[in-house]
Order: sequence, then C-alpha cells, then structure tokens
Amino acid sequence: MSQELSAQLLDEIIGAHQNSPSAVIAILQDIQERYHYIPKAAFAPLAHRVGVSEASIYSVVTFYENFSLEPKGRFIFKVCDGTACHVRKSTPILERLRKELSLASDEVTTADLNFTVETVSCLGACGLAPVLTVNDKVYPAMTPSKVSTLLAELKEELSHETN
Amino acid sequence: MRLTSRADLQQARRFYARALAQQTTKILVCAGTGCIAGGALGIRDHLVELLTAKGQKVAVTLTEEPHGQEISVKSSGCHGFCEMGPLVRIEPSGYLYIKVKPEDCEEIVEETVINGRHIPRLAYSFNDKIFPKQDEIPFYQQQTRLVLEHCGQIDATSVKEYLGLGGYSAFEKALFDLSPDDIIKELSDSGLRGRGGGGFPAGKKWAEVQRQKAKPKYVVCNGDEGDPGAFMDRSVMEGDPHRMLEGMLISGIACDASEAYIYVRAEYPMAVNRLKLAIEEATERGLLGDNILGSNFSFRIKINRGAGAFVCGEGSALTSSIEGKRGMPRVKPPRTAEKGLFNQPTVLNNVETFANVPEIINKGAKWHRSFGTSNSAGTKAFALTGNIRNTGLIEVPMGSTLRTIIYDIGGGIPDGKDFKAVQIGGPSGGCLTKEHLDLPLDFDSLKKVGAMIGSGGLVVMDSETCMVEVARFFMNFIQNESCGKCVPCREGTKRMLMILERIVTGRGVVRDLDLLLELADTISNTALCGLGKTAPNPVVSTIRHFRSEYEAHIVEKRCPGHVCAKMKRFSIEEDKCKGCSKCAQACPSAAISGKVKEPFFIDLDKCVRCGACINACKFQAIQESW
Repeated sequence: MSQELSAQLLDEIIGAHQNSPSAVIAILQDIQERYHYIPKAAFAPLAHRVGVSEASIYSVVTFYENFSLEPKGRFIFKVCDGTACHVRKSTPILERLRKELSLASDEVTTADLNFTVETVSCLGACGLAPVLTVNDKVYPAMTPSKVSTLLAELKEELSHETN
Repeated sequence: MRLTSRADLQQARRFYARALAQQTTKILVCAGTGCIAGGALGIRDHLVELLTAKGQKVAVTLTEEPHGQEISVKSSGCHGFCEMGPLVRIEPSGYLYIKVKPEDCEEIVEETVINGRHIPRLAYSFNDKIFPKQDEIPFYQQQTRLVLEHCGQIDATSVKEYLGLGGYSAFEKALFDLSPDDIIKELSDSGLRGRGGGGFPAGKKWAEVQRQKAKPKYVVCNGDEGDPGAFMDRSVMEGDPHRMLEGMLISGIACDASEAYIYVRAEYPMAVNRLKLAIEEATERGLLGDNILGSNFSFRIKINRGAGAFVCGEGSALTSSIEGKRGMPRVKPPRTAEKGLFNQPTVLNNVETFANVPEIINKGAKWHRSFGTSNSAGTKAFALTGNIRNTGLIEVPMGSTLRTIIYDIGGGIPDGKDFKAVQIGGPSGGCLTKEHLDLPLDFDSLKKVGAMIGSGGLVVMDSETCMVEVARFFMNFIQNESCGKCVPCREGTKRMLMILERIVTGRGVVRDLDLLLELADTISNTALCGLGKTAPNPVVSTIRHFRSEYEAHIVEKRCPGHVCAKMKRFSIEEDKCKGCSKCAQACPSAAISGKVKEPFFIDLDKCVRCGACINACKFQAIQESW
C-alpha cells in the first residue's frame, strides 16, 4: 500500500502531538498507521518541525521492530513465536504460510502488496497457543491446515474488493 | 458527574454499590484477549439479543438509575481459565460455562438465566466429575486472587463498577488521612517487592524518589511486558485498569509527582484502549486532573505505546523511549529514582506492583504480610502456559510450590506425557525440573537454584521437549532483541547462538559446552544492563540440569526429545523396498543409492534429513527414527 505522502496529513499528525520531540515515536506510529509504513519523505519535514536531526529520526525508525521503511501488505500476518506458541509448534504454521504465499527466504511481503508475514515474540495470548494475528485480529489454536483455510478466505475477500 | 470533594467520592461509591446490589442476575462474559479471539463478544451480543427478545430487562452497563430486577450482561476482564474459553459465568448461582458457542446461548438463557437450572454439558469436568460452580473447580480453589480480585468479576470498562466495589478508597485515604511518610512506611512495612522481575522493595524505591530535591518528579508504569509467555500485566490492564491507576495516584501523592506515564507494549492494543477509556472516565469524574477532589493534588496520566523492542522493559531504556529516542539502557548509577525520565527523579514500577498498592493502603501492611513468605510477602500472578492442561492466568501466595501450580491448579501435563521442566522468568530466567517440584517459589529460594521469578511467565515443558532447542530458542530471542549498545551482549549472544545452532544441527563439538559456559560467565559479568547480564541464564540452567541432553546432541548426534530435525535418521526397510528408485530421484543430496528392483540404501553422512524420500515412497518402506 504505497501512497504519495500528503504534506497536509503529515502536518496534522505532527500538530496533534504539539511538535514535541518526545512524541517522535507516537508521530511515527500515527504515520505508519496511515500509510502502513514510514515513507522516507517524511523524515525531513518531521525532523524540521520537532527540532531534531534527520539522522536521529532515522535512528529511531530503524531501532524499533514495528517501524517499516518498506511498504507492507494489505493483510499483515503476525505469527507468534513466543515460548508458549513455540512449544506448541508454531514453526510449521509459519512455514505453511510462507510456502503458500511463495515468499522467498528474504521476503516478508508479497509482490502484489497483498500479504505481509512477520513473526512476533509474544502476543500475550499464550492460553490459545499457537496464535497469529491478521491486522490485529487474533486467531487462536492455529494449525497449518487452518492457516491454509484462513488464507483462502482472505484471498476471496481481496477478489471481492478488486471487483 | 464530576466529583469535587471527599464527600462526593464517598457518595458515588455508596450510590454505585447500591446499583450493583440491585443487579440480581449477572452474566459475566470474559472479554480478555483470549476469549475475544474465541468469539466472546459475539456471544455477549447474542445473549443480549435473546434476553431482549424474551422480554427481559437487560443492562450492559451499570446505569445511573438502577431499575431493579434487571439482568446485567457484563464484559469482564480475564477470568484466567484461558484454555477453556470463551467463558461465561452466571451470578448469583456461580455456574461457570466453558467453551461456549453462539448456538449454546439460547439454552443458557432459557435454562439457566430464566429457570435457574444448570447445564452439565457446558460445565468443566475433570476425571468424569462435573464442576458446576467456578469456585469448586480445582483451578480456582488453590488460588488466592488479590491483585486479580476484580478480573472476571466486574465490567472492565466501567469506573462505576470499580467505585461500587469500593474503588479509589485507598486513594482517598492516602490523599486526606495519610502523609507521604505514612504511605511509604506502610508500603515498606508491607514487604511489597517489585513484581516486574527485579524484586526491589517498592517502599525503598518510593522513599528514594521522595528524598530527591529536584522537581518535577515523574511516576512511570512499566506495562512493556515483553517476556514471551507472560501476560499477567496485560490481564490487569485489560481487566481492572482502575486498580492500577489508583496505585499510580497513591505513588504520586507519596513522591510529590503530578505527571505520570504508562508505557504499554505495541502488541497489546486492547490494553491500550481499556487504559485510555479508564483514564478518560477517571478524568471526567475528577479523579485525575487538577486539584483532585478539592485538594492541592494534581495528577495526569499519559499512555505511551511501545514500538516493538524487548529491551524497553529495562528501566532506563523505557524512559528513553518515552522521551522519543532509541530505547537503549544507560550505565547506572545514577538510578532511575534519581535521574530517570527527562533526567528527573522517577518512580518506575510495573503494572502488578502498582495494582498491589491500593489494598495495602486500605488493609494495611500486616494484612499483606499474612500472605506469602517472610522475605517475599503477598501473592504473585503467573501466566501458566505451554504443555499444561489448564493454561491461563493464576495468582498464588508467594512460596507456593511448583507442584501445587502445575498439578493442582494446572491439572498436570496433557496427553499422558511426563513433566520435564518449567521455564520461569522468561528469557532472563532459568528452568526448574522435577527435583524442584517442592521448592517454594519466592524471590530468594529461586535465586539459590539459578532461576528467578521474573515477571511471572511459567512455560511448562513435557517429555517431548528438547532442552537444547529451548535454550537455542531463548538465545535467538535475546540475540534479536539485543539493543547493540554493549559488546558483551551484542557479540556474546551472537556467538552463543551460533554454537547452539551448531549443536542442534548435529555439528557440535565437545569443547562447545565449556565455550558456552565461558561466554555466559563473561556476558553476565560485563553486560551493561540487567537484560544482558541475565541473557545467558537459560543456557546455563539447561546445561546445569540437562547436561546429558547436550552431550547426546554433541557426541551421539541424537536428540532425546525427538525435536531437532537434523538428528532424524532415515532408513529403508529392505523387505518393503521394491527398488523403484523414486526415493533416490527425490533426494536433493544424492544420499540414496541402489540398483533398480533391489533394496536401496541411505547414506546418513550425505542425508540432509529433509524427508523428501518419505513423501516419494509409495510402499512406506522408509522409516524415520531418532
């Protein structure tokens, strides 16, 4: 979901946080919520408005796992690989998902920008292990075959969207 | 309705207590993350729909004007029995229904709500015994729920219900009847120790901040519960947010701070929403803001969402993240109490610690000391997960044994397997084995055996778990999450991970064990922050308790837990093999050879253990063994 960065929207987001340098992370989170990634074009105006260097914005973006400089997919899978999910066999679920989406070993997002597959360390839903989320909706007690079904449903949903 | 005086607050409490008392029938639908994922919200809505259709008066929130005789349907916090979710409990009968589906709602409404009859098929049963009521179930019977008292009992999104159950009375007492010294003395006497992992006495910390001359001072609540396999703090934030806010308010009075932050990890969107709502409601009521209840005390709370960095659970990394910077720890001293957020004196405690405070102020230090052990007073919430029958959220007195937790509360290990070990304290902790089943769990006794309570994650592992793989898993986690500031953690964990990867893939050498222990020793002694210092713990403790498993991997190239795929052995059964050569064609590493129409043979030195041959064989002639 790559979009042109809107200067006006950026202004609004930064303004909502009172141009405060301590709000850099919150501002970046708002930008990412809107664009599903952090467009690099946002760095210069953000740095200027809150009064820090562009390099320090860059350092923050690259430090935190949640920020992405690459556009992400329409559906973002987060497969939990926390301890509890791991001991209840989360790895085969991840493997199935990557295989069905034909993701190469260094890819996280499909070329059509429909799906992104990530792992997270713990979603805190350990009672339902193994779990995954799709755009923050939690799917409990997953298995490789349930993942295949879920993926088929999402693809179906996408085909309706485009029609 | 804004409360502007002490009398207002007391009146509001009486008012809502009366309203609560008038709700004769209550249906509590668990709205914790777990049960919501299982469809709890749909069940709640369906129940409301059905009841309304049957002409019943239904209340989904506690109303200002109680109508009496109405049925209240509440979205409560986590009941804890997550494995059995979605959970629905009906009061006053106390019937607990598990794994409820939308199609069960009709029967629940008709049979239980209207006719007061129990539905055995929806109840929890164990060993053929049915347990109709929640408090009869062994999972609950062995617990002492103080911090989690309200989780699952009240509407988690309503300040009114919290007030109706006596909420904010400890804050009231602290504000009007106690001096800051009194508060700190009570807390120190109570023996409350930080529940985030370190176990530092909370009273001592507050006293240190109180002593500081610099202004302003800050209160920070650490809700960055990053340990994989831990969700106690999430459950408190989602299930009883006001209890935590009340604890923070009290610490603001004690330490003379009026600005506070809650740092919540990004993976907890629902906790963020519930906290936001709780802060809004408390602000509307005048329990947060300027001149609270007509006093000179002002207090504001902001929420900061994390952005996915485990290291931000460390105090100085957390404060630096709130400041909008990279979350990297700094050298201590000075401690956070002296120079914390924005370089100012800061009280930094975790969610569970703050949530313990109101009851200590209300009921006194002596009451708190009546739970737990002499050096570890009170209770501790644990997240019980992994290979255990009843996963979920529990709370027990400090000093309870693993046996009680795993067998009496947890119901033991499922699928007829044996208990092997439990990982306690997450990636900074260690493992406990059968020999520790009767060890009392408290701060000091765990330290003696090389583990720690940590934040309270208990991941149970059964006989089919490979401890070397578990150690590799934790090291992989830590290595990924190392912030990179200090060399021992950044480089050391990488080297340890490399060695562990070598061992689980059958390339380990005998020297590796000593090398691992030497690296562990160096990292523990020289890393900058607590997370780095404790990073090698899982490796050290698995080597200590399961050395023979490491040796099996290294020397015999065998995985006793039957987990490490590279340790599998494939062989062809001669009498089943027809010599069709399909397997040899499928083998990517040319490890299979033979003459057509004669039995084939696998060269284990060349075999990469991919299993392609098994899939290719039409005669089930290829066997997998460990």
